[in-house]
Formats: sequence, structure tokens, C-alpha cells
Amino acid sequence: MDLPVLWFAIVGVFFVGYFVLDGFDFGVGMSLPFLGRDDTDRRVLINTIGPVWDLNETWVIVAGACLFAAFPEWYATMFSGFYLALLLILAALIARGVSFEYRHQEKHLAWKRRFDLMIVVGSAVPAFLWGVAFGNVVRGIPMDAGHNYTGTLFDLLNPFALLAGLATLTVFFTHGVVFVTLKTEGEIRERAKRLATQAGIVTILVAAAFLVAMAFVRATPASLVLSVVAAVALVLAVLCSAWGKEGRAFALMALTIAAVVLAMFTAVFPDVMPASNDPANSLTVANASSGTYTLTVMSWVALVFLPLVLAYQAWTYWVFRKRVSRAHVAQAAH
Amino acid sequence: MNDLLDPLVLSRWQFGLTTIYHFLFVPLTIGMALVVAVFQSAWVRTGRPHYLQLTRFFGRIFLINFAMGVVTGIVQEFQFGMNWSNYSRFVGDVFGAPLALEGILAFFFEAAFIGVWIFGWDRLPKALHLASIWCVSVGTMLSAYFILAANAFMQHPVGFAINHAKGRAELTDIWAVLTNKVALAAFPHTLFGAFMVAASVIVAVAAYHLARNQHLETMLPALKFGMWTMLASGALTVLSGDQLGLTMVDTQPMKMAAAEALYNTSTGKDASFSIFTLGTPDGVHELFSIRIPYLLSFLSTHTFTGTVEGINDLQAQYSTVYGPGDYKPIIWVTYWSFRWMIALGVGAVLVSVVGLWLTRGGRLPVKRWIWRVATWSVPLPMAAMIMGWVFTEMGRQPWLVFGLLRTADGVSPNVTGLEVLISLVVFTLIYGALAVVEFRLIKKVAQEGPAAPAEVDEETGEVKHEVTVY
Repeated sequence: MDLPVLWFAIVGVFFVGYFVLDGFDFGVGMSLPFLGRDDTDRRVLINTIGPVWDLNETWVIVAGACLFAAFPEWYATMFSGFYLALLLILAALIARGVSFEYRHQEKHLAWKRRFDLMIVVGSAVPAFLWGVAFGNVVRGIPMDAGHNYTGTLFDLLNPFALLAGLATLTVFFTHGVVFVTLKTEGEIRERAKRLATQAGIVTILVAAAFLVAMAFVRATPASLVLSVVAAVALVLAVLCSAWGKEGRAFALMALTIAAVVLAMFTAVFPDVMPASNDPANSLTVANASSGTYTLTVMSWVALVFLPLVLAYQAWTYWVFRKRVSRAHVAQAAH
Repeated sequence: MNDLLDPLVLSRWQFGLTTIYHFLFVPLTIGMALVVAVFQSAWVRTGRPHYLQLTRFFGRIFLINFAMGVVTGIVQEFQFGMNWSNYSRFVGDVFGAPLALEGILAFFFEAAFIGVWIFGWDRLPKALHLASIWCVSVGTMLSAYFILAANAFMQHPVGFAINHAKGRAELTDIWAVLTNKVALAAFPHTLFGAFMVAASVIVAVAAYHLARNQHLETMLPALKFGMWTMLASGALTVLSGDQLGLTMVDTQPMKMAAAEALYNTSTGKDASFSIFTLGTPDGVHELFSIRIPYLLSFLSTHTFTGTVEGINDLQAQYSTVYGPGDYKPIIWVTYWSFRWMIALGVGAVLVSVVGLWLTRGGRLPVKRWIWRVATWSVPLPMAAMIMGWVFTEMGRQPWLVFGLLRTADGVSPNVTGLEVLISLVVFTLIYGALAVVEFRLIKKVAQEGPAAPAEVDEETGEVKHEVTVY
């Protein structure tokens, strides 16, 4: 098998992992003002992701490191080109991460509300901006012969990329709310169920608009098939959630996200980052990748360790499979 | 104005500041993970409640700190691409591999088991729960190894070949990269330094409570543990630092010359080590100096008759090999950071030596100021480590990758000075605010002291745990 192509797929899988997993963390974070009536509610919500958010966020670190190792040119172009957008994402991820850890360290409500706000903003900003970033990858960005981005921040805020951002924002929101229905019980679960249906309808509209736009911006047979899969999975997810089939709804939301990410990856393939000004400047799987030796070493590492990594991560989720209740949270000292 | 908006200067400041900031949390995480694992093991083995109290108490401090290490770590990885894209293009084929290994082998491991440990108290069997904190500890050390291997490539590139067609370094031997002698020497030095940092926190917290005559049942053993850990890891830091020094002389002689501001090649007695020097601002002329003869010769070669190459000779030598240019780091920075590293580290060990003497045979000092010294000595090892990194990285200049790529050539060509200025301001503000909150929280938790011993179920003899939630 062609190693750069294999690694294009592996990097795609890492981003799928990141968006599926941290995606519901973002959604849960954004849902605080909608689902959290009081502090106990908000603590229930935060504790649905408490043991795993850090692990989920780690996927972006590993995805980034694999991108760096397997496609240095792509990593260099994308990260320097999206400089200010990534700065905002970093600031948001910092705000969100420390807030989970800090909000329960003091008892008074004003302290907690401040960190609640940081969790909401720190979840919404990356949920939106990751969509904008990958929307621009699909659309293509202007770059010179040295693969350096030649546009500005405002070129990145084009209608298609903004639509992509809205799509990830709404999809992650619904994903997170469905996760809440799966991980809570009682009143908050009922509220989440209703919200999932309402948010689901909005999400279907936004995502449909984005998928149709993407079909016109850049498409391959594979990306079109995956777009259809995403659309069907999303509709079914919202229906399942409305019918109370929470597990199935969550799995279908995960499938939606996976299909959208892979649709974006297959849309640009064999480019990894198309140049919008001159196709000759595009970064391709071939010209952006590392050498055969590096990719071979990395392949062995991935082959041996990824199953192990997936196994203990799955085990983590199994350990914390119980639903989080108000009673459980209220029992704790804080 | 031009200087203010020079993306190279700003990117260097940003990388330096964010790295130092990130590194305020890293050694404490590495050291404290091990300490907590040791306390918890002691509890599981002996069942004595004060070990459980210590585990949970230092566990809380560890977790406040861990969160900061995680969120500031992402910034580190992203910056290679954001600010140093030409560097990323040039070395990604080699440098990316240890980072990817770090992610797959270490970061996932730490992140999964830290969650299991925090929230698993009431859900997992004792042994399995204990295993999870050991996994975290192993994960932190593994990640330290991989990142040091990546850094070692920048100090002393091995296991690569230059692909001239693509204009980049390509990996030819991953094993050579992972067993780079600089990495092998830097790893123990960093690790023992991290244990010193953890020890300093334990000693400081214990001294705070003992001075107030409170929490004796936990803080007395903690004090002893902290001081012995400081002494042992201090000694090992010195020994491993000596090895690292030899490796440095071998791989980057300019750095050693710059550490001593040794301009002319010297042998034996003349290869002296100055403890303190006042010189002209350009560092070329010396006005006053306290020197120990032979010591530099011994540090550099382990003999008293060795020859240590001087800056001027190395400069001439490098100009022939690499072409005309200035190959000297900023001498006053390397000279003083090297000295401060040693002074602060030795200072921390001295505090423990004196402390062990004062508390011998169960004695406890009554004078308040003695305890205060112990508490206020907490930043010493951390500051020493930061000085060590300032020395290591500034001593590598003007190279980004020694002999291959200059720092000036690694910066992103398309990122403007204004953009970097914005990010530098944003990071400074966020990091500054977080430092205040973080310090307050750790101080608060530390001053509260350990919670009362956990209740024991009278029927089963099992320890009842409070439910852990955010």
C-alpha cells in the first residue's frame, strides 16, 4: 500500500476520533445555559464528561503530532496559515480546560458562574472555528509556490467556511445534548431529550445546507456518498433521540461526524490542501508527506499501539458507564 | 518600531515565554505523580490512614497543577507549525516522529488513567485504582523522554540525512534519534530535577503546618520524606548533570565555553571555573572574578590537565565549517543562567541538609524563622530548572538545529509581526491571569491541609470514600 495514502487515512481517522469525542464535550459545555437550571444541574452536566474530556482533548494533540510527523508541509502550511484562528482555538481550549478543574475549588456561586461562562465560550469557539478551518481546507486557500498561505484572516471568513463552522457548531451541540440524554437521568434527561429534538431540527437544516454547498465547492464520488451517509445518519439520529433510543441516537451522531470529516478528507484527495489561486501550488498527499522510512516506522507504531490505546480508552468509558444523577453529585463534599 | 514588529524576535520571545510557563507545571506534574503513587502504594500495603490522607492531599495539589500542564502543552505543539513553519518543513520528517510517539504512547496513557484515578476512587478495586496512578506516573516520564529526544535532535542531530532535492532533513534511523546521547544524559538530569521540585513543595507545605503545630501525624512523615527525596534526587541531579556536561563538551563545545565565558582555549590550571565575575558590558574584559583553578578542566574532561576550547577558537573553527557568521550565543545569558542553575539547585539541597540535621532523632525546631526558610525555599528547584533550560536553549543559538538550521531561518515567513504581537499579548494576559488563580488555589489547598482520615466501615473494614465529582 502507498504509505502517504495510508497516513492520509490515519490522520483522517485521528481527526474523526477528535471530533467525535471532543465534539460531545463541546456540546455538553455549550448546553450548560440550556439544560442547567441550578448549580447541581450544571455539575451533573460537567460530570458526564468529567472523567474523559482530557482524554478526548488529547486526540487533537495526537492528531496534530501525527500530522507533523507524516505531513510536515501540510502541518506547516495549515498551522501558520490559520495563525489567528488557531490562537483563538488555543485560548478557548485553555479557558475550558482550566474551568473544569477550577470551578469546584471554591464554593461561592459567583466563582462558579464565571467558570461556567468560560466553559460555554471555551466550547463554542473551537466548535465553530474547527469547522471554519476545515471548510477552508476543502475550499482551498491562496498559497505561493513555497506553500505559504498568502491571504489574511478575513479571507478565511468566507461564506462557505462560515457555513462549515455553523455546521460543526450545531452538529457538536446536538451531539453533546444527545450524550447528556445517554448519561443522565430524571428531569435533566427529559429536558435534554426535548432540546435534542429542537436542536436536531436546526442542525439538520444547517448541515444539509453545508453538505449541498460542499458538493458544489469540491466533490468526489466518495465525498458525495459520505455526505449522503452523514445526512441520513443525522436525520436518523434526531429521530432515534425523539423516540428515546438514546444509545442508537448517540452512535448515529458519531457516525454523522465521522462521515462529514471523511467526506471533507475525500473531497480534497489526492490533495491535502488545495491552492485556490493556482493548482500547481497545491499540497498533495505525495508532495506534503514525510519519507518512506519515517512513514514505515510510524506505521509499525500505529499498528502495534493503536489497538492497545483504543482498548484502554474503551475500558475507561466502561468504568464510567453509569449515569450521573443529582443525588450522586449532591453526595460529594463540594 | 521595526524591531517591535519583527516576527522573528517576537516568535522567539513567545516560544521562550510559553515554554518557561509550560515548564512551571511539567516538573511538578512528573515529580508529584510519582510521589502520590508512592504514598498510595504505602497506604495499600500498610493500610495506615495517614498515607491515604497524604495521597489525597498531595493528589489535589497535583491535579490543580496537571490541568495547567495539559492546556499549556497544546500551545507548545501548535507553535511549531504556527510560528516556526520553515523549521517544521525542514525537520518534520525527523522531529515529528518522537512527538507522534509521545502522543500515541504517553499522552493517551496519562490522560486516560488520570481520569480513571480522579473519578475511580469509589468504582475500582484498590489495586486497580493504585495501578492507574502508576500508569499516570509512567506516562509522564515516558512523555518527558520523547520530548527530550526531540530536543536532543536540535542540540545534536543524529539519525538523519539531508535530502537536497526536498531541502529537508529526513529520518534514517529512529533508534539513533531515540538513543541520542544528549537525550540519554538529559533525561535523568531532568527527571531528578523534577523530583527535587516535588520534594520542595512537600517540604514547604509540611513546614508551613509544622510551624503551626498542626497536622503532625501527616506532616511529620511528609517532611522527612520530602527532605530525603530532595537530598537523594539533588545528589543524582548533580551526578547526571556532570554527565550531561561531558556530553555537551563533546557535542556542543561552544555551549560549554559560553557557560564559562571562556574566550581563549585553556588547559589545566588555567581552565578555571569562575563563581562570580564582573566584566565590561560586552563581556570581553573582566574586571573582577572569583575563580577555582582546574575546575572547568575537571568538569569538561574529568581530568585536571584537560584542554577546554575557547569561544574565539570555536568561532574561527565554525566560520571555516559553516561559512562566515557569528556563532556565539549571548554570553552573559549563558554564563549567568548556568551559575544560577547550580546555585539555586545547591541552595535547595542545602535547605534539606540543614533541615535533616535540625530534625534528627525526632527533634523539631521551635524558631519560626527556620520553618519560614523551609517554606520560602519552595521555588528554588523550579527556578534552577528554568535556568537550566534557558542555558540549554540560549546556549544552542544561533542554531535552531545545531549545524543544520539557524533560528533566523526557521520562522514562519508568512506570519506577520502584528499577528505574533497579538498572540504574544494574548498568551501573556491569559497566562498571567491563570498564574494568579493557580497560585491562589494551590496555596489555599496547601494551607487547608489534609482532610480528616477516611471513615472505615466497621463491618467490612473497607475504607469509605467520598464520591469524587467535579
